[in-house]
Amino acid sequence: MAPYESDDSTAGADPRAGRRKASRYVVPVAVVGVAAATIGIVPALADSGDPDLPEISAQQLIEKIAASDVQQLSGTVKISTDLGLPDLGGLEKSLGSGFGGAGAGARSGSEGSAADPSAKMTELVTGSHTLRVATDGPDRQKVSLLEDAAEYSLIHNGKDIWGYDSRSNEVYHATADDRHPAGKDAELPATPRDFAEEALKSVDDTTSVTVDGTVHVAGRDAYKLLIKPRQSGTTVGAISIAVDAKTGMPLKFTLTPAGGGAAVVDAGFTKVGFGKPDASTFDFTPPKGAKVTEDEDMPGKDLPGKNLPGKDAPGEIPGKGDLGKGLDGLKVIGKGWNTVATFDTGGQGIPSGSEVGGDLGGFLDSLGDHVSGKFGSGTVFSTRLVNALVTDDGKVYVGTVDKDTLVRTADAG
Amino acid sequence: MSRADRAAADTAAADTAVADTAAAYTAAVDTPGQGGAARAPSPLWTLGLFRSELVVTLRRWRTLALLGVLAAVPVLVGIAVKIETRDGSGAGGGGGEGPAFISQVTNNGLFLVFTALAATLPFFLPMAIGVIAGDAIAGEANAGTLRYLLVAPAGRTRLLLAKYATTMAFCLLATLVVAASALAVGALLFPLGDLTTISGTRIGFAEGLGRALLIALVVAASLTGVAALGLFVSTLTGSGIAAMATTVGLLITVQILDQIPQLHAVQPYLFSHYWLSFADLMREPLYWDEVRKNLGLQALYAAVFGSAAWARFAAKDITS
Repeated sequence: MAPYESDDSTAGADPRAGRRKASRYVVPVAVVGVAAATIGIVPALADSGDPDLPEISAQQLIEKIAASDVQQLSGTVKISTDLGLPDLGGLEKSLGSGFGGAGAGARSGSEGSAADPSAKMTELVTGSHTLRVATDGPDRQKVSLLEDAAEYSLIHNGKDIWGYDSRSNEVYHATADDRHPAGKDAELPATPRDFAEEALKSVDDTTSVTVDGTVHVAGRDAYKLLIKPRQSGTTVGAISIAVDAKTGMPLKFTLTPAGGGAAVVDAGFTKVGFGKPDASTFDFTPPKGAKVTEDEDMPGKDLPGKNLPGKDAPGEIPGKGDLGKGLDGLKVIGKGWNTVATFDTGGQGIPSGSEVGGDLGGFLDSLGDHVSGKFGSGTVFSTRLVNALVTDDGKVYVGTVDKDTLVRTADAG
Repeated sequence: MSRADRAAADTAAADTAVADTAAAYTAAVDTPGQGGAARAPSPLWTLGLFRSELVVTLRRWRTLALLGVLAAVPVLVGIAVKIETRDGSGAGGGGGEGPAFISQVTNNGLFLVFTALAATLPFFLPMAIGVIAGDAIAGEANAGTLRYLLVAPAGRTRLLLAKYATTMAFCLLATLVVAASALAVGALLFPLGDLTTISGTRIGFAEGLGRALLIALVVAASLTGVAALGLFVSTLTGSGIAAMATTVGLLITVQILDQIPQLHAVQPYLFSHYWLSFADLMREPLYWDEVRKNLGLQALYAAVFGSAAWARFAAKDITS
């Protein structure tokens, strides 16, 4: 005979039963608590303490970076850029390619391929991205930009440079030896090493370089190299580079603005290995049905990767120099970190809000501040790192300097 | 015969499905030959409970209708892509619109599996799970059969576990139905063969099939969080419809919250946030970071809402 289930909580009238009922909810609450604690504590534990490494001078560390000869590498890089550009949604892309340089401008009019590296990589100018890199000697490199359910890969294998955009199934192909030598130029300046090399170029008497302790990056022990401008007036606060203690390979690059807040550029390995990557990583044959664009098909094509942000000196991130490259009469005023580039667009400049009037005028004014001086009058456009002054007669001053310094430089120049 | 069994037999006239359940329980009670009074039944007994639950669930017309709808999605996607690309142009206009992988479907039918899973995962699959999970306890209560289920010495925890296991089995079945239907349609309409991973490397067709199976399993596992949530909601109410509506409503709400940029701080904790990370399994080498986060999050949801469902159900007054 099947008995009635003598469930222990059917006696609803019993006040103790009410308490028992409530006490069961301790279990889910405890699960939430444990989970929250785990999420909060585990990263803190994993981050426990900086590694103990022998003392090293800044000079030695820089030499270590220079002597670093990592030929084989694979890893994951997380790169975040926060230039403080207004989030304009769809406009972001065109803005990005504007920053990306003259190559994009010269090509406008011809239809670019979605797999074209320089068009693609300007996406790195804003937001947070995950990249996977693999290198096997000077002839084989691969960089993949991980996207939602898609990936953009740039593969350099011997003579061939392939770009593959899986979202649109389009392929870009260039041969390394037609117009430019194979080698590092084809590589994307996305790894901390590329940033670090550029940063170290700027080291001179206007800069203080120190070793700022040690740090763990991607599970490896690293020294922290701190580069700080000695001058005032620049928007660059500090650049910190984590250098792998064993190989001398820069593992993390952080550029913080003088104004404080989040880093403008933060690129670092989250995973890195110095083993030989699988040879098949670098094999690429265009998939069936993919649209292949040959490099020659694209007029005014610049070297892939050349117009990318960060390829120029750190004082010029992102790509200020590129902006000027296509224009004649580029002049550099000032010294060190306070360098300001100026050029004449020859045009009318950007009309100020009051001239245009109405809603559009208000919009223009909201983008920049109106200033005047010996140079006449103009508008200053600011980001967290780069400030640009466009005068009403069409001259442009750009630099990683604050607004006052920019106006003063323009006055003097 | 006990009163309970007789009562169960009476109800059976009204609802054959429930009669199956009750009969199965009676059978399950009888088979181990424990004389009825003994408690602490063997694990096999729980398996019997699960099996009868599963059979009852799968015999329902609404379950079959749900599976039918899920199987129809890949057919629709496949035919749409076929019609659109008749002139030889690529799907998605080359602009990368539409569900993931759709631009590759014309070149390799296997990609229809990934496209179909990406198309059904945000809504169709979790909705089906929500219906099954929401109905699990509340449906029995609504039909007035829950007390008879508990009259058998199944124990509430055991019954809840059997119900959750059934829902999970349905998650897996539903995902496999989508994948199998997509594979069949893909093989009929498009060429098969070696495929290119989204990282640009090539893998053989057999490995591609393996990846498809792996992805189907990950997709099924992605649904366990919704299943636990639905089961918890189901213990809160005596109305099956209310439980299903609430679960599906929560699902839609969470999906909307996941789209609002201002909420990016909480989004990593929404159960649907990492769902589409299964596409990372089409990279070469495999990229596990997000998939791992997804599975961890689903386990967390299952633990929290599973234990909450237990806390609620084990102490609930069963009045119907």
